[in-house]
Amino acid sequence: MSSPSEAPDATPAPAGVIHDIGYRPYSGPRLGERAVAWAFFVTGLRNCFGLGRSGRSKILPMGLLALMLLPALILVGVLVQAKNLLDLTEHIVPYSIYPLTTQLLISVFVAAQAPALISRDLRFRTITLYLARPARRTTYVLVRLASLTAATFLLIGAPLLLLYVGGLLADLPLRRETELFLGAIVGTVLLAACLATLAALVSALTIRRGLAVAAVIVVLLVSYTVVTTVQGISFETGHETVGQVAGVFSPYTLVNGVQVFLFDSPEGTPTPPDSDAMGVFYLFATAFSILGAVGAMLLRYRKVAG
Amino acid sequence: MGVIDTVALTKRYPSVTALDQLDVSVGEGVTGLVGANGAGKSTLIKILLGLTPATSGTAHVLGHDVTTAGSTIRSLVGYMPEHDCLPADVSASDLVVHMGQMSGLPYPSARERASDVLRHVGLAEERYRPIGGYSTGMKQRAKLAQALVHDPRLVLLDEPTNGLDPSSRDDMLALVRRIGTEFGIAVLVTSHLLGELERISDHVVVLDSGKLLQSSATEDFMHATGNLLVEVQGRSDADRVLGQALVDAGLRAWPSGQMVEVEVVDETTPDVVRDIVVDLGLGLVRMQERHHRIEDVFREGGAGSVQPV
Repeated sequence: MSSPSEAPDATPAPAGVIHDIGYRPYSGPRLGERAVAWAFFVTGLRNCFGLGRSGRSKILPMGLLALMLLPALILVGVLVQAKNLLDLTEHIVPYSIYPLTTQLLISVFVAAQAPALISRDLRFRTITLYLARPARRTTYVLVRLASLTAATFLLIGAPLLLLYVGGLLADLPLRRETELFLGAIVGTVLLAACLATLAALVSALTIRRGLAVAAVIVVLLVSYTVVTTVQGISFETGHETVGQVAGVFSPYTLVNGVQVFLFDSPEGTPTPPDSDAMGVFYLFATAFSILGAVGAMLLRYRKVAG
Repeated sequence: MGVIDTVALTKRYPSVTALDQLDVSVGEGVTGLVGANGAGKSTLIKILLGLTPATSGTAHVLGHDVTTAGSTIRSLVGYMPEHDCLPADVSASDLVVHMGQMSGLPYPSARERASDVLRHVGLAEERYRPIGGYSTGMKQRAKLAQALVHDPRLVLLDEPTNGLDPSSRDDMLALVRRIGTEFGIAVLVTSHLLGELERISDHVVVLDSGKLLQSSATEDFMHATGNLLVEVQGRSDADRVLGQALVDAGLRAWPSGQMVEVEVVDETTPDVVRDIVVDLGLGLVRMQERHHRIEDVFREGGAGSVQPV
């Protein structure tokens, strides 16, 4: 198949190199689609926190995680130390409101990491390498979204877990705390999914990373500010239905409303959904937001050239 | 059944026909895919990977149909794209391990394979640095490594020597040659530089505007033409004087650069040429058989739009 002069034996191994054992074919196992998707998910999740990337890319996500935990740590400290002094019978900041209090940090995290995960593959065209491998396009999109959702979930969930454990240490009632905590975890899953899919969609539409970061921040912060302003005005002027409807336009107020509706969690907005119909509307809005963004992502990637 | 077989493969875009009734058969070893920019090379590769559907016709890679078994094919094939495709903030080592996992290798095997192939492509300590700081040559090596990490049975290399300086180019070509022979992996390599492919390919496929111009063993391209190339010196117009004398002696001769090309009629022709040179008092520098080069296919094939380099 080759000319004689090119025969493999004709190339002598360079002298002095003792570890050149030639090319070894691989005969080990080759894993299926599920294992590949799992490996992809784990790598994406690690990358969201800067692990497996350059040292510099660890600073922001790790710093934000620390900043998210810090208030929880202080709150737990106060609770444990001064429970009797201040006559506390429950958490100072409830689980369901903690994400609203720290929404700036969460928004910055999502805005920074969604482009790092999504825009990067488009910008450097690394997506070609993924598409040239067994996994399908759909798998790629869904796993990327799952990684980002899981990372966001960990960021929001970690301080809640800290609050929960701290609450138990401070002898808050176990049963009530567990119920509240589990409700908050469901809310965290929904919030993480809403934020991640929304941010991923914005990042997928803007290939430039800086632009994507700015766009996500603007979308999340502006929507939250506008919604809370509208809610405040509608509460003061007595048009609470307007405020309730407005609540669906920011992921934070939306998911808080869902938690109020489903679990009677403490409300974080002046105008939470107060009727069953409004609660169902909030649920539908959440599903629409998540599924709509996922659908739009799949459509977007159908057009990405390999 | 060969490594790649296409029958009447056609790909039409709204405004252009990228591939037109293409019948190509590629076997083991190194196969060069030649064509000018826009000849349909990259389109062909995308169809072979199952990433773009063909408009009509069929294509089989390693015995699998590209329309139904794209995923299976992609697990058996390595692909090195023409364009940049490496993330800047990841090291080559991490990237190649990850890509091995994405092809179904368990993590420990992926690490071992990654370290093996990175050594084969010649990335030493720099493999632990972020790719953003790599030279073009190092990036090309990293791209090649990720195409080899899962021990594919076929690699599709799209312009692997793009942007390389002459010495890196030689290294890369030697490496491609080794992949096809020593590693035992079939190679389909595209280039618009014909000289490169002459050196490393067993077989050459020439595309022109989506049509197959020629497909044959490299040796067939390079077969002797039956002509002699004669180089003489002694006078500034030595070649013209010789050419005229040869024509006067009844031979067919024409200029070829600074040399004269003579049609060989029978075994006495070289003697006749020698005698004429001696009679003219010129110095005979060399007299050699003229071999075809791949670029002649473009000239003879009437591919007007093609500018062989």
